[in-house]
Amino acid sequence: MIHAILLILACQLGGEVAVRGLGVSLPGPVVGMVTLVVLIKAFPRVEAVVRPVAKTILGNLSLLFVPAGVGIIGHLSTLGAQAGAILAAVVASTVLAMVIGALVFSGVARLTGSSTGPEEPGDD
Amino acid sequence: MTDFIDIWSYLSQGPLLWLTATLAAYALADLAFVASGRRPYVNPVLIAVAMLSLLLWATDTAYATYFEGAQFVHFLLGPATVSLALPLADNLGRLRKVWLPVLLALLAGSVTAAGSAIVIGQVLGLGPDVLASLAPKSATAPVAIGISQELGGSPTLTAVLVLLTGITGAIVATPLLNLLGIRDWRARGFAVGLSSHGIGTARAFQVHPTAGAFAGLGMALNAVATALIAPLVLSLFLQP
Repeated sequence: MIHAILLILACQLGGEVAVRGLGVSLPGPVVGMVTLVVLIKAFPRVEAVVRPVAKTILGNLSLLFVPAGVGIIGHLSTLGAQAGAILAAVVASTVLAMVIGALVFSGVARLTGSSTGPEEPGDD
Repeated sequence: MTDFIDIWSYLSQGPLLWLTATLAAYALADLAFVASGRRPYVNPVLIAVAMLSLLLWATDTAYATYFEGAQFVHFLLGPATVSLALPLADNLGRLRKVWLPVLLALLAGSVTAAGSAIVIGQVLGLGPDVLASLAPKSATAPVAIGISQELGGSPTLTAVLVLLTGITGAIVATPLLNLLGIRDWRARGFAVGLSSHGIGTARAFQVHPTAGAFAGLGMALNAVATALIAPLVLSLFLQP
């Protein structure tokens, strides 16, 4: 477990150092994530070491948003008037992104012939 | 015997009480989520946030005091982002056959997510700090919070917007994609993961395993894409 935590933190630290050193506006952990993908693909052993800890963290991902979420109470007074506009932007942009993403994917897949043929989507 | 007030005033200033409260609130909220049959609108994070906010308000506790304890949980957002390497590496093999649809859908979807949020927000009169908090909201929370910080947005507002985005996506996905007549599970899953990250991905896994796997791929790729695209889109629309 120590090795897994060490690997994950080292990737994050490396990402932070790279981002600050190169002066790019990327979150350090994102660079750390890409680093870890490269490591997993280059050294299959890395995957076995990291998997249990990474799975545990990702399995409880929702919990990690709670502290930041509670911070919203400090914003409530400023947000009150803007809440409607914010909600409209969130809902509309999510729907648009989903529509565009799905249409582009299925359209390009059909054009390039990488379509698997239609599978019936259930209405769950 | 020590007075309850004394014990409270001792505990309420240290990290132990608020760390425990954070975990307890989440555990309770998760119970409610499971009991509801995992309905996307019974979101455990929103319930936990509401309970803790009420508790802080009722006990007149400052957010800074609360965060002393909660910071240990908050810190894990970074390692969680790094851990997304695992599902990404798992699904990388699926890319080989469909790399072109994936790449184009990722670009189009990521630009649409950030761009349409900024345009709509600007038309409705939102300020630049709120727009910066809105731009990365389709990315998974740890990444979105990091991007928001880089862009001068509010990480706490972004955390809540990310949740609302995920809940919206999970609720609208099935009816919306059926309406569009898209039957390719890969396209459906990818679009859901791209637009509504982990909450959407969890929903996609409930519907179909292929959709779930592609949703995970969409979420992980959009985490990287949003980090690159959201700052560009924001600077395009926010001319001083």
